[in-house]
Amino acid sequence: MKKVMMGNHALSYGAMLARSQVIAAYPITPQTQVVELLSEMCASKALDAKFIKVESEHSAMAACLGASLAGARTFTATSAQGLALMHELLHWASGGRQPVVMGNINRAMAPGWSIWTDQNDSLSQRDTGWLQFYCASNQEVVDTVIQAFKISERFMIPSMVILDAFALSHTYEVVELPDQDKVDAYLPKFNPPFRLTPKEPHAFNALTSPDHYFELRYKLQKDMEKVPAAIEETGKEYEKAFGRYLGQVEEYHCDDADFVFVTSGTAGYTARVAVDELRKQGIKAGNLRMKVFRPFPFAKVREALAKVPKAAVVDRNCSYGHHGIFYQEIKSALYGEAKAPALFGYITGLGGRDITVEMFREIAKDTLSKPRPSEEIGWIGVKR
Amino acid sequence: MKKFKPTKKIVFASEKEMPMTPMSLGSMLYNLTGAWRNIKPVIDKAACIQCGICWKYCPDTSIYIEDEFPVIDYDYCKGCGICAEECPSKCIAMVEEEK
Repeated sequence: MKKVMMGNHALSYGAMLARSQVIAAYPITPQTQVVELLSEMCASKALDAKFIKVESEHSAMAACLGASLAGARTFTATSAQGLALMHELLHWASGGRQPVVMGNINRAMAPGWSIWTDQNDSLSQRDTGWLQFYCASNQEVVDTVIQAFKISERFMIPSMVILDAFALSHTYEVVELPDQDKVDAYLPKFNPPFRLTPKEPHAFNALTSPDHYFELRYKLQKDMEKVPAAIEETGKEYEKAFGRYLGQVEEYHCDDADFVFVTSGTAGYTARVAVDELRKQGIKAGNLRMKVFRPFPFAKVREALAKVPKAAVVDRNCSYGHHGIFYQEIKSALYGEAKAPALFGYITGLGGRDITVEMFREIAKDTLSKPRPSEEIGWIGVKR
Repeated sequence: MKKFKPTKKIVFASEKEMPMTPMSLGSMLYNLTGAWRNIKPVIDKAACIQCGICWKYCPDTSIYIEDEFPVIDYDYCKGCGICAEECPSKCIAMVEEEK
């Protein structure tokens, strides 16, 4: 069935099609419609789930964790300050191996108080042990929620499905909703390897001495390392069932490119317009869109950039005192590689400033005019 | 005095044997928490009215009723003093531990 919907509702439909059983969330702009629609779905019985109203995001995640431990498929959504308030519980989710799936609408962190998009909220949660998926269309949002549940439940690691505020959250697009019976076949009932039940009492997540903590974290990392292959596998399985492939990166004209933009989120689609323009002018440009950030797609990034002489990483975020976060990570992935491009870093679009085709033109011009990158990264669109 | 089956602390030799999440798999009874105590409750049986309030209030379930009188399990009593505080006949004294 095709439907026209905003990105927020795409998250709700994804959670509905995945047959989420418990939803606990606290409203925050620009995420509010995600939970509004889910609460309506619960009230009308379109979705057979328990909707728990809570007094904060910290409590929302706590409620999700309890439900997940009892064996329920669990969903929540938030943004920016709400995600930051959840921070402690994000560690509980991954350390306790609870496969909660959460939508996060990328919103800039205050102050200045903002409701507009940038990625510093989700990227600040980089080391919490969550999988992170960055979406560029409402279709990808629905599909990724379903895939995220499948991967999360296989490895018992929580997932964050991330989309840009307004550029996606409030933008209406045509979405092909997968058939429920096909989703049920792709995503069987959640059957965790351990659960909270009176039939077999255990205490969970209690004091863990140095005898065992280290090994638990080793196991989390080892399972994380298996996720990239599982994304490819479940992505191909998804393509077989629904006709849309869900991988770790999306390459656009990277094969023969002399110059590649590396992007994430909706900026990835704007970059493709710039690539088409540059190609018309005879510049062999390409775009590598990062769909997965955790676990980091080392192999895919190395493979896509191995033949490229120059690349420009465009970050809608900043690690203050260092560089853009995708830029840092891609540099680190390419370190020591025999074939690696001259890698340039740019920051743009913070706090919801539009990222335009014109900006990509400026980035291309800058990268192509310089023999190698300098320590100083480019700030595109700053009024100075 | 209640008899428990002897238990041992579980220490895994390899991560392969461990569950993926921190969860209890055995009993904590091997951990004799009475060692944490620096004052201990001593019951004056003659003054005890057998009300059972100390038994009810003990947060460590370390008071048993035996032959209708409370008995303290010093293997697990941490010496919190709640029993002495709640005792209506004030027959429980908190006495400093000595070595």
